[in-house]
Amino acid sequence: MLVNKYPKEIDRILDKFPPERKRAAALPLLYLAQREYGHVSKEAIREVAGILDVDPTQVGGLVGFYTLLHDKPGGKYRLQVCTDLPCALRGAEEFAEELCDNLRIKMGETTEDGLITVEEVKCLAGCDKAPMFQLQAPDGIHYFENQDIESAMELIEELRQRDDDA
Amino acid sequence: MPEHILLRHRDIPEIADLDVYLKHGGFKAFEDVVKNQTPEQVIDTVKAANLRGRGGAGFPAGVKWSFLTPGVFPRYVVANADESEPGTFKDREIMEGNPYQFLEGVAICSYAAQANTAYVYCRGEFWDLAHELEGKIEALYGRGLLGEGIFDSDYSLRIYVHLGAGAYICGEETALLSSMEGNIGQPRLRPPFPAAEGLFAKPTVINNVETLTNLPPIINNGVEWYRSIGTEKSTGPKIFSLSGHVERPGNYELPLGTTFRELIFEHGGGIRDGKAIKGILPAGASAPLLPATDEVLDTPMDYESVPKVGSQLGSASVIVLDETVDIAWMAYKTTSFFKHESCGKCTPCREGTYWMYHILNRIQNGNAESEDIDLLKRVALGIQGKCFCALGEFSITPVIAGIEHFRSDFEALIGDGK
Repeated sequence: MLVNKYPKEIDRILDKFPPERKRAAALPLLYLAQREYGHVSKEAIREVAGILDVDPTQVGGLVGFYTLLHDKPGGKYRLQVCTDLPCALRGAEEFAEELCDNLRIKMGETTEDGLITVEEVKCLAGCDKAPMFQLQAPDGIHYFENQDIESAMELIEELRQRDDDA
Repeated sequence: MPEHILLRHRDIPEIADLDVYLKHGGFKAFEDVVKNQTPEQVIDTVKAANLRGRGGAGFPAGVKWSFLTPGVFPRYVVANADESEPGTFKDREIMEGNPYQFLEGVAICSYAAQANTAYVYCRGEFWDLAHELEGKIEALYGRGLLGEGIFDSDYSLRIYVHLGAGAYICGEETALLSSMEGNIGQPRLRPPFPAAEGLFAKPTVINNVETLTNLPPIINNGVEWYRSIGTEKSTGPKIFSLSGHVERPGNYELPLGTTFRELIFEHGGGIRDGKAIKGILPAGASAPLLPATDEVLDTPMDYESVPKVGSQLGSASVIVLDETVDIAWMAYKTTSFFKHESCGKCTPCREGTYWMYHILNRIQNGNAESEDIDLLKRVALGIQGKCFCALGEFSITPVIAGIEHFRSDFEALIGDGK
């Protein structure tokens, strides 16, 4: 249970908002749940709803609405390539395709070892440094810019090593 | 401009360090207003400087602040750091490179609004940036620049960072408030405006990161200095995010009123690979596409001049398209964005972007008939003027202007079914 495992962190999140408005803590708590479980499961939704004193359906709606929250398990790392217009003008679509080919997966799929899911996303505010992607990792979200297939594969190799060592 | 006013880290690389920021006059403006000025005086200064909202709407910030319902407390200030417009990446550079000037701006705005709590709403993707920013804020408490009894006055202020979770619509200020309150990010009916009933139903000021970052130099250097930059009605410096087919994409801080030509060809180094320029999206995906005629290229980029040639300045995210770009494909890309980002609250936007996307997809695949171009336009016009917020209105602008100026690009794809 999140409340038993992270009481201090939960208090710190709730402290940011007026006590009668603690529902405002929904997104930070969902991030916490996602970090803990890898995705936001039904059970996690019930836990967060319990902390906020709201109905689980109200929390579940958030998971459906916001793209950084996932109700289904994916790879340990979600590699999310921006293929929006400004990035596409600088070769992002070709980059994304080549990346999937290299990993022998289709867009949206996960590598066989369960490590990497490649996804297309909308603008990440990195348009001048395309191709670029964000890595949604267990410890947070990190940007990688001015990428080519070599640098991206290098990073993936590094993640594999890290995973093997762990 | 000899030196940067907003992107000061370009001149002083270590300015993200609090000591360096303080050494270069940091928090002098905040000290001055807290010690020597009333909130009303600050609002009057910002009004007189005619600082206009840099998030896209261009609404005068001081006027917005003066709408706060008198006598109702607590009040809140929310910095809109949900930067998500395709082609816009300026707020991110400010917060990464010159974070303390932004935070000082938040503090000055909070003092003017008589708010003791401010939130910085960062888009969820700015995860690393948001955590950095929390460290910067922590350092301010350590120096007594935030917290209780700031500068030995009775003014207190706390600033919190709040992360969104991936939704373009949360840049719309009422959707942002809904999101902050723990709901899905859908816009609210106005009135009541946020100045009357904003965050937690209290009077609230919401301003864009770049807008707030303008405040310290305005307080330090005065109204006349500020008004000497830019044009008479569009005052001050502006960060132009330049992307697409240029040699040197990036942010360029220039006076409002700089021409497209100067931005693209002087600062941006011209079109990549010696190609010719075809079109310009001056405000990301959210304003009409302009054909790159001499008249357009020589247009000053300010809030008055860009509408005269048929578009908007918006957040000044200039996407440049070279001669190889198929405008039907461009319309497909922008529409795909808006279809994905439509929040689903109102029917014209939710269904309209869906159908525009499908028609454009059909055109893209060569499965369309010639009537489909007019059908696309009819769907777009069916959205126009009927949406709950601006997202739906934005979505049709590149499409309608695309058909108007480059219809042959659409026609070329008709009936060559693959």
